Amino acid sequence: MNERRFNWPLWAGLALSVVAVFSYAFFFYRFPITRDVPWVSYILLAAAIVLLIAGVRRAFGGGIGRKIVAVVVAAIGVGLAALFVASVTVFSRVPTGANIPAVGAKAPDFTLPDASGKPVALAQLLAEPGANGVMLVFYRGYW
Amino acid sequence: LGVRPVAISVDTPAESRDLMRKAGYTFTFLSDPNAEVIRRYDILHKGAGMGGRDVARPAEFLVDRNGIVRWRNLTEDLRVRARPDDMIEAAAKAQ
Repeated sequence: MNERRFNWPLWAGLALSVVAVFSYAFFFYRFPITRDVPWVSYILLAAAIVLLIAGVRRAFGGGIGRKIVAVVVAAIGVGLAALFVASVTVFSRVPTGANIPAVGAKAPDFTLPDASGKPVALAQLLAEPGANGVMLVFYRGYW
Repeated sequence: LGVRPVAISVDTPAESRDLMRKAGYTFTFLSDPNAEVIRRYDILHKGAGMGGRDVARPAEFLVDRNGIVRWRNLTEDLRVRARPDDMIEAAAKAQ
């Protein structure tokens, strides 16, 4: 029975794991609340894995061809989930330096060109009338 | 608060102009294409940029009028940055 029936949990599981990864990359990543700890993505991936397992169990009531398809599809889905978890944990670790200016230390001065190419020195920014300090925000830049 | 935000990256001035125009940013962007200042602050993330380029790891420093670091934020995860509210709070506390 169910030999010829479409294995919907399997394909829904795969689709959901793809949706989980892409929705993070293109949508949830934009908001700190769903980025810093990607809980929405984790929930989606957990649901995807449940569906994939259900799909595999269902396929094991059928022929060898269905079993192979189910195992391959489930492996792709679980692989995507694993890759996602690895990218938001291990792969997003940043190195830490021993000589990063500490609180209470002097911030090394520098002169760098601004967006119009005009050189700007830290000392000059701090000496501006009304200036009460600067917030240096180092970021990774364009990619 | 009189604390000016200054964004620093390895982007060229032209790339920063592009970003400012697209995102509507009006604060100061500084370019450190050879990562000299980024190295001086010891926050280089080797080969982590586009095409294996060396970039800055995300980091935020509040520097007071006398050039002293009053607050800093060093993330361990490049997806997790200081939020604007954190920086404003730090700036307010340092007054």
